[in-house]
Amino acid sequence: MLELKHVGYVAEDDTEILSDVSLSINERFVAITGPNGGGKSTLAKLISGIYMPTSGQILLDGIDITNMSITDRANLGISYAFQQPVRFKGLRVRDLLRLAAGKDTTLAQACNYLSEVGLCARDYIDRELNDSLSGGELKRIEIAMVLARGTKLSVFDEPEAGIDLWSFQNLIRVFEKMYEETRGNILIISHQERILSIADKIVVIRDGRVDRVGSRDEILPGLLKSADAGNTTCDILTQKAMS
Amino acid sequence: MDEIRMNLLKEVADLDALPVGAYNIRENGKAAGRNTTANIDIVTKTDKPGIDIYIAPGTKKESVHIPVIISQTGLTDLVYNDFYIGEDADVVIIAGCGIHNCGGELSQHDGIHTFWLGKNSHIRYVEKHYGEGDGSKNVMNPTTIVHLDEGASMEMETTQIAGIDDTDRRTEGDLKAGAKLEVREKILTNGVQNAKTYFNVDLNGEGCSANVVSRSVARENSTQFFDSRLNGNAPCAGHSECDSIIMENGRVTACPSLTANNIDASLIHEAAIGKIAGEQLMKLMTLGLTEKEAEEQIVNGFLK
Repeated sequence: MLELKHVGYVAEDDTEILSDVSLSINERFVAITGPNGGGKSTLAKLISGIYMPTSGQILLDGIDITNMSITDRANLGISYAFQQPVRFKGLRVRDLLRLAAGKDTTLAQACNYLSEVGLCARDYIDRELNDSLSGGELKRIEIAMVLARGTKLSVFDEPEAGIDLWSFQNLIRVFEKMYEETRGNILIISHQERILSIADKIVVIRDGRVDRVGSRDEILPGLLKSADAGNTTCDILTQKAMS
Repeated sequence: MDEIRMNLLKEVADLDALPVGAYNIRENGKAAGRNTTANIDIVTKTDKPGIDIYIAPGTKKESVHIPVIISQTGLTDLVYNDFYIGEDADVVIIAGCGIHNCGGELSQHDGIHTFWLGKNSHIRYVEKHYGEGDGSKNVMNPTTIVHLDEGASMEMETTQIAGIDDTDRRTEGDLKAGAKLEVREKILTNGVQNAKTYFNVDLNGEGCSANVVSRSVARENSTQFFDSRLNGNAPCAGHSECDSIIMENGRVTACPSLTANNIDASLIHEAAIGKIAGEQLMKLMTLGLTEKEAEEQIVNGFLK
C-alpha cells in the first residue's frame, strides 16, 4: 500500500506544483486524471523518487520512503513507466529487459514480455533503443520493462499515448495480467475513458490538489457529464458524452 | 607463452591459443611465430621492419591474425605491414597491439598498415589497442592507409578502450568507382590520457561511398581530438559521424570537414558531444541500478 500524507512540491522557480496531497493507494487499479498541467506527472515523479517532495510524507507498506533515492525505491518495489520513454544509443531492447527483470532472465522470458505488449520478439529483441524506433514502439517497450520487473507498485504515466495501432483492449489485458502475477497496485495516469472505466478508484488532480477521489462509479459519471471537465481534462470523454 | 603474453593476446586478438589459419605474432620488436596457408603468404620485409601479406585472388573464408605484444619496458617499436588483397578475395584480418609496461620507461608501438584491395575484394579489418601495467607511459600511433580498387569494400573496426596514455591515430583512404569503406572507431580515455584521431578519405570513383563513425567517451581529465575529412571528387556518397560522451573533466574537440569537388557528391557530417542525459540515468535507476551502475551500462552500451 502506498500512502501520501500532505505531500507538497514547490519547483526550483518557487512555483507550487502540488499542495497538501493525501491519498492511499491499495486497490488493484487506481487511475489519476485531471486537466493538463494539474500536477499528475509530478505526482508520479514524487512517488518514484525522481522529484523529492518539499513537504509531507510518502510511505510504502508503512516504510517511510520520503527521502529515499530512486534506486532504493525501485529495489523496494516501485516501477515507473515514463510518459516519454528515454532513448539509449547502443543499449538494446534485450539489455533493458534484462536490467529490468534481473540478471537471470532468459532470452525466452524477455521475448515473452515483448509478446505481451504486442511486439514480435524476433524483430525487436536486438534493436537498439535509438531514433530508429517510433514513439509507439518505445512506449510499448517501456511497458514491457515494467512487466519484467513485476513489482508491488507499478506507475504508468499516460501509457495509452502512441499505441493507436494496438488496441486499448490489449493494454487493459496487460494490466490485468500484471495484477494476476504481482497482486500489487497499479497506478495509471490517463485521460482515456476506457482506462478510467477499469479503475477501482479514480483520483482527480486539479491545480495541484486532490479535487475528487472515489470509486469508479462515484467519479466517472461526473467526469463524463461535466462540460467543464471536458474542456480542460478529457476531450475524448466529452466527445463521447455529447454523441 | 607466459600469462602476461597470453593475456595481451586475449585482449587484442581474442586469442586463447595460437590461431587457426595464417598468422604472424610480433613480440618485443621480433617475430615470435608465423603460419602461412596455400592462399595467404607472409613475407618479412628486407628494407625496413615489418611484413608483406599476400592474399591470393579469390581467397574466401580465411583469416589472418597479426597481433603485436610488448612486455618490455622502454621499447619503441616501429613496424610497416603491407597487405595485398587479390581480386574477389573475401577475408578477415585481425590486428592489434597490447602493451604490458611494468617498468619506469615509455613503451611505444607505431604500426603503419597499408592495404591494397584488388577489384571486388572485401575485407573485414579488426584492430584493437590495449595497454596495462603500472609503467610510466604507453604510446600507440597506428596509421592505416587503404587503397580500394573498383568495387572493393572494407569494413574497419578499430578500438582503444584501456591503458593507452597517448595516441595519434591516422586513417587515410582513396576509393575508385563502386568501392565502399566503412569505419567504426571506438575510443575510451581516462586519467590524463590524450587521443587524437584523423581521417582523410578521397572519394575518387563514380558510385563509391564512405561511412566513418566514431564513438568515444572521455572520462576524468582526458582529452580527445577528432578530425575527419571527406573529399567528394566524383558522384559519390560520404557520411561521417562523431558522437562523444564527456564525463567529469573530459574534453573533446570535433573538427569535421567535408569538401565537394563534384556536383553529384553527397556528403553528410553529424557531430554530437555531451554528458550522459539525466533522464537516461534516471530510467536505469528506476530499474534498480545505482547511479554509478547506470553510468557503466550507458557507457558500455555506447561503446559496444
